[in-house]
Order: sequence, then structure tokens, then C-alpha cells
Amino acid sequence: MIRIGIDVGGTNTDAVAMDGSRVLAGVKRATTEDVMSGVVAALAGILEAARLAPEAVDVVMIGTTHFTNAVVQRRDLARTAAVRLGLPATASLPPMVDWPEDLRDAIGNHAYLAHGGNEFDGRVIAPLDEAELVGIAADIRAKGIDTIAITAVFSPVSADCEQRAAAIFARELPDAHITLSSEIGRIGLLERENAAIMNACLRDLSAKVVDAFGRAVIGAGIRGRFFLTQNDGTLMEAEFAKRFPVLTFASGPTNSMRGAAFLSGVADAIVVDIGGTTTDVGSLHKGFPRQATIAVEVGGVRTNFRMPDVFSIGLGGGSRVVDGPGGITVGPTSVGYRIVNEALIFGGTTLTATDIEVAAGRTVLGDPSRVAHLDAGLLTRAQAKINAMLEDCVERSRLSPDPLPVIVVGGGSILVDGPIAGLQVVLPEHYAVANAVGAAIAQVSGEVDRVYALAEMTRDAALADAKAKATASAIAAGARPETIEIVDVEDVPLAYLPGNATRVRVKAVGELHVA
Amino acid sequence: MSREGYILTERDLRALAIGAALLGTGGGGNPYVGMLRTRTLMRAGAEVRIVPLDALPDDVAVGVVGGIGAPVVGVEKFEEGAECLRALRAVEAASRVTFGALISGEIGGANSMEPVITSAQSGLPVLDGDGMGRAFPEVQMSTFMIYGARPAPSAVADEKGNVVVYQQVLDMYWLETLARGTTVQMGAAAGFAIAPMRMDFVRRTAVPGTVTQAIALGHTILEARARRRDVIAEVCRAANARVFFTGKIVDVRRELIGGFARGKAVIAGADAWAGAQAEIAIQNENLVLWIDGEPAVIVPDLIMNLERDTGEPITTEMLRYGQRVAVIGLPAHDLLKTHAALKVVGPAAFGYPDLVYRPLTAEGAAA
Repeated sequence: MIRIGIDVGGTNTDAVAMDGSRVLAGVKRATTEDVMSGVVAALAGILEAARLAPEAVDVVMIGTTHFTNAVVQRRDLARTAAVRLGLPATASLPPMVDWPEDLRDAIGNHAYLAHGGNEFDGRVIAPLDEAELVGIAADIRAKGIDTIAITAVFSPVSADCEQRAAAIFARELPDAHITLSSEIGRIGLLERENAAIMNACLRDLSAKVVDAFGRAVIGAGIRGRFFLTQNDGTLMEAEFAKRFPVLTFASGPTNSMRGAAFLSGVADAIVVDIGGTTTDVGSLHKGFPRQATIAVEVGGVRTNFRMPDVFSIGLGGGSRVVDGPGGITVGPTSVGYRIVNEALIFGGTTLTATDIEVAAGRTVLGDPSRVAHLDAGLLTRAQAKINAMLEDCVERSRLSPDPLPVIVVGGGSILVDGPIAGLQVVLPEHYAVANAVGAAIAQVSGEVDRVYALAEMTRDAALADAKAKATASAIAAGARPETIEIVDVEDVPLAYLPGNATRVRVKAVGELHVA
Repeated sequence: MSREGYILTERDLRALAIGAALLGTGGGGNPYVGMLRTRTLMRAGAEVRIVPLDALPDDVAVGVVGGIGAPVVGVEKFEEGAECLRALRAVEAASRVTFGALISGEIGGANSMEPVITSAQSGLPVLDGDGMGRAFPEVQMSTFMIYGARPAPSAVADEKGNVVVYQQVLDMYWLETLARGTTVQMGAAAGFAIAPMRMDFVRRTAVPGTVTQAIALGHTILEARARRRDVIAEVCRAANARVFFTGKIVDVRRELIGGFARGKAVIAGADAWAGAQAEIAIQNENLVLWIDGEPAVIVPDLIMNLERDTGEPITTEMLRYGQRVAVIGLPAHDLLKTHAALKVVGPAAFGYPDLVYRPLTAEGAAA
């Protein structure tokens, strides 16, 4: 099976071609403002580097941090109406109450509280008030907003209220995108609502970007299937990705860590992924990223997604180096993808971390004569600063005093010279494109989320039934049966319901089967 | 602290939420929503004063307010806002007493915040202390009730405007039964206010200084994180606690019996405990820690699970397979260890009649 994995980062768009578990080639192209031409260039580059005919490609997997970056940088976000159904409950805290002000302003801070929602046991808190919702729809129309996030109290237990409200909004505002919180998140109203609102404000962008990805794949002459990767390192279809861009939020770090494990053959390690603008550090346990156990913030907003526990600092190949009166600083600002014009070695006028490495003779890139004038003292201080920043974040990600290896990946890996914090450094082959490798090896998942009455069967029987159904659903989604593993099991008893009702979620993953 | 006490700042509020979550010993509900509600009120100009137990005259009437219900409901169907205040006013009307101060019945978890919120709404000061020094699942499990506080008149109020007053209640167990039953009908979350107590009674029976203790613990955790120090070691030092076990969660079983989440977490040992196995009994809170079958910490002493690398407290409903945890133990306040108290909050009260409570000593080991 021939797979192409693509990682669209803030600075670079990387691509790899793999034949089974063998990496045929990897290329790196600059990410472009329009995103698409960077993907087109990477696809053309990888087909040429791997000497592949487009028809030979069975499947293309794209991982992207584009949507995360849009939120973090507060750009390309649609003005969004956040509608919560739950009054009179929840009136003490409006939607977006704990958001950073600039992000709330970026999407307009349009929050509406209305009657509706359910109790934990399915009773209604207050009946849905159609006239109230029609009034809100009129206000939304008057403001010219066309994307809506609807969150009802206890919608993970009963989605009925959100669905009926969605039908009213769809009738009143036929062109609006509507995101329902019950389709995205779990119990925890504020966090689920946050995720729904972020998803809603990305819907315009996701339609544009996912379509562009599809056109790039077809434009390259590839007739194989095309997927995006999601938070847990598994695949989703393009149409699904358009509706749920928020599910790509953690796919960047997940792909880079899974790729690092695959390329190095090391399953337990600390992974340092140095890009153009940031360095992400996380820890790898049995080949999978360790998940954060606490609420994860994205762009300053609290969510309840399961995400890898990754610590980021503003250090990358494109980081600006400033030798000021208060000492030397490296980052957090970066020239990003403009490094090819703005770094000294490429004829620009900005001193970057990459210029420091080239001037110190640790790597050959661009035109070294343009950095020959740099003072030796400056080089020493800048390198000491970079080393200290790396040590600090590696120490932070260490789970124990055990001497775990550090796998270094990413295009900015040239910043690393020798052990970090006394730990052995592994620089695997194709390190620069580990993200894309992680996307290429992404798996297929099947998920079951249903309520069992444990009065009628034992917990073990219910779990076994859920595991069998999740496995069947993974196979239906295209997984090879012999590769399927159950990766997530969660059973939560639902309080005070008759029959000892328990909600069971099981996720099965397996490798993509391509005939 | 001077008799005037101090005004709660937004920075202290954040620390209080973190320290209270730790003292929740795995339960008590998440203080995050309550923290946001208080912050919202404070940013609109409200002020909250924390005063020591010796600040007010003996005859001042003290009110306990708190949320009652299931913690999972508290993070999903959170408050309209004035539930506790409506319950408090109903108790005032029924008892013909005007409250002069508020106190938390339970510093551990979300109920650390309710008196603070009601204080911001009513202007009443909050006493520096509580009725548990930790979290417990039932109304009678507070030092106030154990040492003879009157159970009536008390009241529960929901978000819809219903207020139910218990005019006459036989004892604290009946108050728990009646209030719990009403709360379930109200949607498993309500505001609760308990009959007035005299200040001199509260001074004798409250676990003292716990608001300030929770704030200090919160600052310890925040500072240890900011300075990248070992959070668990710093917490142990600040709270006079000890690490009893470290390892990885290998199984979590939960079931609901009588509306309470009972369960067991199994931990495979690591570091100094490699090869050993621990079990923690859960009923909303962590109740008993066994190491290789031997009880090591027993309720009412405090058992807290912290994420091993971040020091983040892990609530019982957040426990999952694969988490790496450090289990720390902390002696309960002496008011919880008397014969009268152990009948209500000792192991037998939680369904472990065969376990004999052995208090943690100052050194931290079960004697």
C-alpha cells in the first residue's frame, strides 16, 4: 500500500511517501498564505522525490494545525452566535465567560440564553420556547451572523432539545451553519459549549480549507482516498472534517509524537518537536502520547477534549534573536514561513536562531558568508540561551528520574547539539518530516457510546458487547481486523436512573485496509 | 490574622479554588464554576470579607450555606445564581433570626465557594473555618451536626424558584434524607441553608482556619508550578502530609448504590513501591487506602490522589486507567476523631464495619 502523509504546519508543509512501513521519501515546502499552493507544491515534490506515479498512491492523509493556529492567532474566525438552552438554570455564568477578551471580541461576543435543556434524568428543565428562539434568530439575522453554536444542559444525555432548536434555527436562517454541542463533547457544560463555539467560528474556514486540500489531491492526479487526521491520531473523512474542524485541534502534536515513535523505534521517550516558530515537548508512553488529565486550554479557552499533554515554548528555527540591554532573547516572535526571505543567510535582515547555528558552523544552509560577521560572544550566548530553553522544557516533561531518551524531530532540529539535560538525544532518519509520517501511519477508529441497563446484564458483559460493536464499526470504517486494538474504555454510571443505567464509551483502532 | 480578617482578592480566590479541590479528597465537586461565579460578582463590585472565629460576639447567628446534589450535575446544570441566598432568607423567615455571618459546611470542593458567593450577594462576612476540614458526602457528616447543631429550620432552593423549608426535623439523619430526596426531585442540584447556630457554638465545633489553609495550599501549588518545583513535595511540606504510594491506575470500577458513586481504584506501584499494589475505596471521596491488602489510611483521615508530574488533584470521577498518581495522606482534625465523630464519619459509617480506625500520627504513619 502506498500512502502519502502531509502535515500542514504554520511554517512548513511536509510530505512523506510510504510503502507499507518503509519511508520512501520526505520533502518540506513552505506553507503559503492560501494553504493550498503549499500542499500542491508538497504533493508534486513528494511524487517526484519518491518517483511515484500519481495513480500508484492509494491514500492521502493530511494533518493540519491550521484550525488551531486560526484560534490561537485570532484570524479567519467567523462572527458566531452562542445559544445556550437551560434557563432558568445556568444564568449565573454566560457563554464565553472565561475566554480571553480578544478572542471573545474576535467572534463578536454574541451570547444568548434561552429556556430549555434537560435534567440529568431526561426531564425538561423548562419547555423549549419557540417564540423566544425565533426572536433570537431574528437578532442573529439582523446582525448578519451565519454560524451558530447550540448548547443545551445535559445534551449528552438527551440531544432532543438541541436538535429541535436546530430545526427552528435552520428554518429561520436557512444558510446558517449550526454546530450542536452534543455532537462534539461530553458532560461539563462550559467546556462542551466552548468547544461547540470554537467549532462554529471555524466552519467558514474549514469548508474553504478542506475543499482546497481535496482540490490539491485531485489536481496532483491522485485517485486514492483522502482523509484528515484527528486529535487521537485516527482518520476522518473530508465531509466530516468540514463539519468538525475542532476535532483536528491536537492532531499536530499527536502526529509528531506518533511519527517520532515510528521513525526511532523507541516507544518510551520524551519527544521534542522543533518547528519554525514553536517547540512542542511531550512524553511518549508505549508509542502513544501521554494524555493530559486536566482540562486542556486551546488559545486560552478551556475544553474537555482528550489531548496529548504537550508543553510549548516560542523557540524555533525562525525565532528572532535580539541582543538587548536586558540580555539575549530567542523568540517567542518568529519570522515563520518568511524565513526564506527574512533570515540573514537567505539575504534578509532579521537575525534568527537558524542564522546563529549556521554562523557557529553547526549546519550548512543558505549563504554562510552573510553571517560571518557575527560576534563570537553573541553566538555563544545565543546558543547557551537556546540550550537552557530546551533543557527547561525537557525537564518539565520528564515523568521520572529514569534516563529516558529524547527524540528530536521537526525542521528546527538543527538547534539541538548534544544531550539535553544530560539525556541521550535520538535524531531519527527523516526527523524533519516526523509529523507527516505520523499522519501517514494514522489509524482507523470505531466508537461506541451507548447506555446499558446493568440490571439486565453484568458490567463485563456490557463492556464485551461495546468492545465487539466498536471493533465491528472500526472494520466497517476500513480497519484490518487483525490489527484492531481497544484503546479507550470508559463506563460512567448515570445517577438515579432506574435499572442501574451506565453509559459506556469504547474506542477501537486498527490500521487502514486498502485493497 | 487580625480580628478584622481580610478582603478576599481575585488572586486568593484562584488559590482557594485550587486548595479546596485538594482538600476535597477526590470529591466535593469542582470549585471551578463557583470560582467563576464569585469572580463575576467581585468584578461587578462585590466584596467578600473572611474573619477569624474569634472576631464576632457569642450571640451572632451563623448560617451554613452550600450546594447539595451530585457533583456531575454541578458542572452541567450549574446555578441560576441565588439558590443559596433564597434558602438562607427562607431559614431567616422560618426561624425569625437574622444571620450575622456565614460559614462553609465543607471546605473540600465546590462548597468552599457557596458561602463566598452568598457573602458577595448579602454582604455577610465568611468565617475562617468549616465543618469538615475536607469533603464528605452527607449532611450529617459535619462537626456542627455531630456536636449538636439544630437540624431545623433548614431549606433547599432550586433554580426555578421552588423553596422547601423543613420546619421540624427529628435529627440530622432525617435532614439528610429529606433534603436529599427533595434535591433529587429538583434535578440533583440545589442550594441549601441550615438552621442558625450561635457564634460561641461555632467557635467550639468548627474546624478552624480552613479557608486560610486552602488559600495557602493553593498558593503553594501555584508557586511550585511557576518555579517548576516538585509540587507533591511542596504540598506535603505545606500540609504536613506524606506520600503513601505512587504508581499507575490499572483499574477503576464504579457503581451507583443509593445515589452514591461507590467504587474501587487499583494502583500498580512504581518507584519505591514497584511490585506492590494499592487499592482505594471510593464513595464520592477517597475513603480507605490499602497497600498490599493492609489498610494504610482510613477515613476520616484525608487521602488525596495527585497527578504524579503536575501535582493536580484528581477527583474520583476523573480517575482513569493509565494515570500516574501519587497518593498522599493527611491526618484529619481532632474534632473528627472523637468517639461521637467516628460514629458518623468513621469507616463503619461508610460500610466498612470490620475496619478499625487507626489515626495517622504526626509522623504520618498509621499507628
